[in-house]
Amino acid sequence: MGRRFSWFNAVSITAGFAFLYLPILLLVIYSFNESRLVTVWAGFSTKWYVEMLRNQALLDAAWVTIRVALISATVATVLGTMAAIALVRFGRFRGRSLFSGMIYAPLVMPDVITGLSLLLLFVAIGFDRGFWTIVLAHITFSMCFVAVVVQSRLVTFDRSLEEAALDLGCPPLKTFFVITLPIIAPAVIAGWMLGFTLSLDDLVIASFTTGPGATTLPMKIYSQVRLGVTPEINAVCTVLIGLVTLGVITASLIEKRRALRGQARAH
Amino acid sequence: MATKALGPMRRKFAPWDDPAARPFIEFRNVTKRFGDFTAIDNLSLIIYEREFFALLGPSGCGKTTLMRMVAGFEEPSAGQVLLDGQDLAGIPPYRRPSNMMFQSYALFPHMSVEANIAFGLRQARMPKGEIDARVEEMLNLVKLKPFARRRPDQLSGGQRQRVALARSLAKKPKVLLLDEPLGALDKKLREETQFELTDLQQTLGLTFIIVTHDQEEAMTMADRIAVMDHGRIEQIATPAEIYEQPASRYVADFIGDINILEGRVAAADSASIRMECGGAGTTVLAAPANSVAAGQTAWFAIRPEKVSIALAPPTEAAVNCVGGEVWDIGYLGDVSIYHVRLATGATIKSTVSNHTRMIERPITWDDKVWLSWTPDAGVVLTR
Repeated sequence: MGRRFSWFNAVSITAGFAFLYLPILLLVIYSFNESRLVTVWAGFSTKWYVEMLRNQALLDAAWVTIRVALISATVATVLGTMAAIALVRFGRFRGRSLFSGMIYAPLVMPDVITGLSLLLLFVAIGFDRGFWTIVLAHITFSMCFVAVVVQSRLVTFDRSLEEAALDLGCPPLKTFFVITLPIIAPAVIAGWMLGFTLSLDDLVIASFTTGPGATTLPMKIYSQVRLGVTPEINAVCTVLIGLVTLGVITASLIEKRRALRGQARAH
Repeated sequence: MATKALGPMRRKFAPWDDPAARPFIEFRNVTKRFGDFTAIDNLSLIIYEREFFALLGPSGCGKTTLMRMVAGFEEPSAGQVLLDGQDLAGIPPYRRPSNMMFQSYALFPHMSVEANIAFGLRQARMPKGEIDARVEEMLNLVKLKPFARRRPDQLSGGQRQRVALARSLAKKPKVLLLDEPLGALDKKLREETQFELTDLQQTLGLTFIIVTHDQEEAMTMADRIAVMDHGRIEQIATPAEIYEQPASRYVADFIGDINILEGRVAAADSASIRMECGGAGTTVLAAPANSVAAGQTAWFAIRPEKVSIALAPPTEAAVNCVGGEVWDIGYLGDVSIYHVRLATGATIKSTVSNHTRMIERPITWDDKVWLSWTPDAGVVLTR
């Protein structure tokens, strides 16, 4: 195989990764900057992390964000799993292809449109905007991601496992909880993680659907940056990056372990 | 019938010949359609208690659908399925007294071997002590005691097969359904397991229904075999009857190897049938059969091992004797199969047991040989 070293490949890989990660690396580095000036390095310090923890407004925003992410990811996981089961299991019901197409649509829908349409809906039905409207909005789009992840797992699920449970005297609903759910659990958990991270870093949709008193962390950061980037924001962002990275890595590890185990079983 | 001439049966168990025997599982005019496709076509069938019954046929013949109707995974589109006199219509799979062993084994990957076997017993809310005792009994039965705490993915194919068997037997079902139970095993293990299953069925005294496309498997294990094609039953009979008295060319061809010669019935009476087989360029004298009339088209079917092959023409009369050249030889060790080409271009196979140790057999390629058979060696088929 053509696995030999080539200058062209080396350069393109380096350039690509630099383009992707250099800004993030810079942000992380400057979060440990002693100086108040963002662009001047004045020595290592963790004082902006301490500062960050003293900023009550920032902490409030973080708390809102975490609650929104927890609730929306959980509800989206339940709804998304149900949608995935309906899509995979109920055969060719009327309007199935429309339904499955509609599940994918929000994945590619620009956030601005999702946000705006939800805003219009909340205004139209007279729903007071605030914490719960953000939650609802986040459930709406995370649900689709969960459905897609769980659906791909269910497609390869051996139906005879459920039939075996039924055959041994286990009623259908119980079968779902003791057989199906434990087996697809990795996909469901990965879906939850995905929903959680998506909610954590959403700015656009949250901005559209929020109301007074409900400011999420990305919104807070964005509004502060407009007044100038402070190293404190860099610190917050570094923590956020850490959280998201952790979530994504965990989700992919869970999926990978399942895939590996599946392979081991096939041999 | 020629049944009497077939020698002693495997054991004295023949409720199907007893008009007083009670049906255990009964299909009454069952039809199953999937959309436009008819999987089971107006089929009636009776299976008796303690019988080892095989549903045999190519894939898509409806054998699995038939079994799934007993388990409750399919409902008939028309007709009735009865178990022990009770109509099964509307009874969901989790309330039926049958258990099934799945082709893929369907072991629960997130449970240990023990937990898999105990699963059905837990659903029946059996007391814990009894569950433990039964699981122990099952583990001993399938010789998997040391593997009780392993998970299915830590077992070999043969071990998984035995866990699946133990799990389906744990509830002592009235009927055990086996869907291609040995398909995933290699040949040696499959043969061993065939005999184990037969032993087990006789020891436990249960009714077994097995679905298979492997004729050898059906022949070795079953009391009776139903050969299926396109949602219908072609023949239901004991393995020996199916082999020696096939009802049609389809059955004859599906089970084992056979020579089929097409011809016209020249004469038929209660003593014999005389057929003109133009394709083979010979006249065949065969034993009488029902519903064969002079003048009709028929097929003479004869198994290769019942065709004798010799380098010299037989001394007796010239009936059931035809000359040809050895076209090909298949040496299988225990037997050799001679493909003999007749003057007309047709080929007849003859199987000879290799009784002696010889590297070079007396009959070889291009030899002029004579094939002969006795009048009762083959059967005349009309369909």
